[in-house]
Amino acid sequence: MSEPTTRPGAASGGTGPPRPTRPRHGSRGARLLTRVRSWLPSLLLVSPSILLLGLFVYGMIGWNTRLALSDQHRPIDEGSFVGLDNFVALWQEARWPAAVNNAIVFTVVFVGGALLLGWLLGLLLDKGIRGEPVFRTLFLAPMAVSFIATGVVWRWLMNPAPVERATGLNALFVQFNLDFLVNTWWTAPDFGMAAMALPAIWQLSGYVMALFLAGFRGVPEELREAARVDGCSEWGVYWHVVMPQLRPVTLSAVIIIGHMSLKVFDLIIAIAGQQIVADVPAVYMWSTVFEVRDPAKGATIASYLLVAVAVFVIPYLVWTMRKERSEGR
Amino acid sequence: MRSRWWSVAAGALGLALVASGCGGGGRDGGESQVEVFSWWTGGGEEAGLNALIEMYEDQNPDVEFVNAAVAGGSGTNAQAVLEGRLQSQDPPDSFQGHAGAELQDYIEAGYLQPLDDFFDEQGLHEALPDQLVEQISYEGSVYSVPVNIHRSNVLWYNPSVLEEAGVDGPPETLDELIDALEAVEAETDAIPMAVGAQWTVDHLLESVLLGSLGTEAYNALWEPGADWDTPEMAEALATFEEVMAYTQEESAAEDWQEAARRVSDGEAAFNIMGDWAAGYFDELGAIPEEDYAWAASPGTEGTYMWLSDSFTLPVGAPHEEHARTWLELVASQEGQDTFNPLKGSIPAREDAEPAHYADNPYLESALAEWQSDPQLAGSFWHGVTVGNRWKNDIDTAVGLYLQNEDLDALNEALHQAAQTE
Repeated sequence: MSEPTTRPGAASGGTGPPRPTRPRHGSRGARLLTRVRSWLPSLLLVSPSILLLGLFVYGMIGWNTRLALSDQHRPIDEGSFVGLDNFVALWQEARWPAAVNNAIVFTVVFVGGALLLGWLLGLLLDKGIRGEPVFRTLFLAPMAVSFIATGVVWRWLMNPAPVERATGLNALFVQFNLDFLVNTWWTAPDFGMAAMALPAIWQLSGYVMALFLAGFRGVPEELREAARVDGCSEWGVYWHVVMPQLRPVTLSAVIIIGHMSLKVFDLIIAIAGQQIVADVPAVYMWSTVFEVRDPAKGATIASYLLVAVAVFVIPYLVWTMRKERSEGR
Repeated sequence: MRSRWWSVAAGALGLALVASGCGGGGRDGGESQVEVFSWWTGGGEEAGLNALIEMYEDQNPDVEFVNAAVAGGSGTNAQAVLEGRLQSQDPPDSFQGHAGAELQDYIEAGYLQPLDDFFDEQGLHEALPDQLVEQISYEGSVYSVPVNIHRSNVLWYNPSVLEEAGVDGPPETLDELIDALEAVEAETDAIPMAVGAQWTVDHLLESVLLGSLGTEAYNALWEPGADWDTPEMAEALATFEEVMAYTQEESAAEDWQEAARRVSDGEAAFNIMGDWAAGYFDELGAIPEEDYAWAASPGTEGTYMWLSDSFTLPVGAPHEEHARTWLELVASQEGQDTFNPLKGSIPAREDAEPAHYADNPYLESALAEWQSDPQLAGSFWHGVTVGNRWKNDIDTAVGLYLQNEDLDALNEALHQAAQTE
C-alpha cells in the first residue's frame, strides 16, 4: 500500500511504464469510486422523488404561504406583501369561527368515539371470540367504503324529519315507540356536528380496532401470565399490563384519525352540501378558491389547516425520533 | 458490472420520471374543429345540446364538433375545470355560462371577447328585449349570447291542498301568501311552504324581495354601494321571516327536487322554485293543473325574474371562425326553437315560434308571458345581478340566519355585502 506514495515521480515523468501508476489510482480513486458506486444508484433512484416532493409538496407549501401573506384577492391582481393581515381578518368574519368550532366539535367526537369503539372491539376480539376472522373483516369493511358513499347512506339515515314524517333512523325510533329519541341530527345548530361525526366513527372504528388488536397481540403472553400468577384479575391484567404497552398504538390512532378529521371534506359535502350549518374549514376553503376566486383568502385557510394538522403530526414525529434515538436505532 | 447496471437503470428511471413530470402535451389547434364547453350532461339539457350539435354538424360538415361537457350539479365542477383552462391559456372555442354578472370575473380577467359587432351583425338588438341586453351588458359591451330564458319567480302550488285549506287560487300578494300559509297550517296536514337546502332559501329570498320591494327597487339593489339598510328592506325581510316560519324542519337535508316533489305529491301546498321544476314534474309523471299549478310568485305579477344560459367567445379561442358559426347557430331563431323545447326553457328571442312549445302547458304560458313584454328583473342567486363574491356573501348571511335566526344581523350582513362590492 505504501509503495505508490514513495514513488511519486514515476507518474509525473509520463514516460514510465503505466504499471506503477495504476495502484496509486487504485487506492484513493478506486475507494472513492467504490463509495460513489455504493451510494450513487440509490441517490439516483430516490432523487426524482426527492425532487418531485421538494417541488410539489414543500415548494407548493412555500408558494401557498407566500400567497396567504399577500393581498391577491382576485386571480388577476398582482398582490403585494401584507404580512399576517389575512390571518387576522379571517377571525373577524362570522363564518370562520363557526367553521372552526364545527371542526373542533367534529374532531373531538370523531376521535373520541372511534378510539373508544375501536378499543372496545379490539378488546372483545382479543378475548377470543368464536369466528374472530369473520368479525375482524366485518368491522374493517367500512374502511373500504369512500366517505362519499358513506355520506349518501347516512344522509338518509340521519334525516331530520319530525315524528309525523320520520324516515331513516328517526323512523326506526318511531317504530319502537322511542319518539323522544327523534332528533334533528346534523341540522341542529349547536351540536349537529357531533351527529355528523357518527358516520365517520362508523367508518374508522374498524381500523382503530385492527390497530389495537395488533397491539394487544404484541404484548407477550408471558407478561400476562406473570401478572395472573401474581394474582391479578383479568381486568387488572389489561389495565396494568396490556394498556401501558399500547400507548404507541393509541398515539398512532389519534394522529391518523385526528388529521383525517381536521381535513374532512367529502363526508360533509355528501351529507350537507355547502351549508353554513355544517361548514368546516376545508369546505370554506373550497368555496373561497373555486367560487369566490379569492386566492389569498383561500391560501390563508389552507395555511391554518396545515398548521392544525401539523399540531397533530409534529409532536408525533418528535416523539418517534426521540424514541428511536433512545432505543439506539 | 452489476453495480454499473444498477446505476444506469436508476439514472434512466430518474430521467424518465423527470421527463414525464415536466413534459406537457401541447394542444394542436390546427385541425378543423370547434370545442364547446358546458355542464350539460344529463336530462333535457343534454338532449337540447345534442340537437344543436346535430344541426351544427349538418350545416358545417367539414368541422368536427368536440363536446367538452363536464358533469356536476349546476356547473360547480365544470367551472373549476374551466378556470384552470382559462388560466393556463388553453380556452375552449366557446363555453357556456350564466349571462350577467356571473361572467364578470372572466371579463375583468380579460378572458372574453366583446360581442358587440356580432350582436349588430346578427340583429340581436332587435331580436332580444332591450332590458335583457342592458342587464347582460358590462360597461356598455355584451360578452355572451343568451340561448334561453328561465324564470326564477314561479310559485308552484298544489290545487287540491289549497282547496282543502279553503284558499281560492294562488295568492297574488305577499300578505295573501301569509294568510294562505296560515290556512294550510290550520286546515291540513300539509307543509305550507316547502323549501330545500340553503341555496333554495336564497332562491326564496330573491322572490320575496322582488315581491315586497317592486321591480324597480329590486333592480336598484344591485348597483354597487346600494343602500340595503332601509325600512322597506326591513319590512321585506320581516315578510321573509314570516314565510320561513311555515317551512319544514328537515329542509336542510333536502334539495330542490324533494321540495318540488312534495308539492306535486300533495305533501306541501307551495314551493317557490325556478321553472326547471316544470321539467322535473314531467319526469315524475305529474299532471299539470291537476297535481301542480303555477303562478308568478306573490307580488311579482307582470315581472319576469330571469336567468339565462349563454355562450361566449374566449380570447385566444383556437378556432374563432368556427366558434362564431356556433354562436350564430345558438343565437338564431331556428337554433333556439330546437334547443329550448328539449331543455324545458323558452328562447331569449322574442320572435320565437309558439307552435314549438304548444305541447307543454307550462312552456306555452311562459312564452306567451315573455312575448307580452313583461318587466325584467335579474335573478341574483343565478348570477345575473351579482358576481360570485357578492353572491357568496349573501349565501353566507342567509346560512348564518338559518342557524341563529337573527334578522337584524341578516339585514346588516346584506348591507355590508352591497357596500364592499
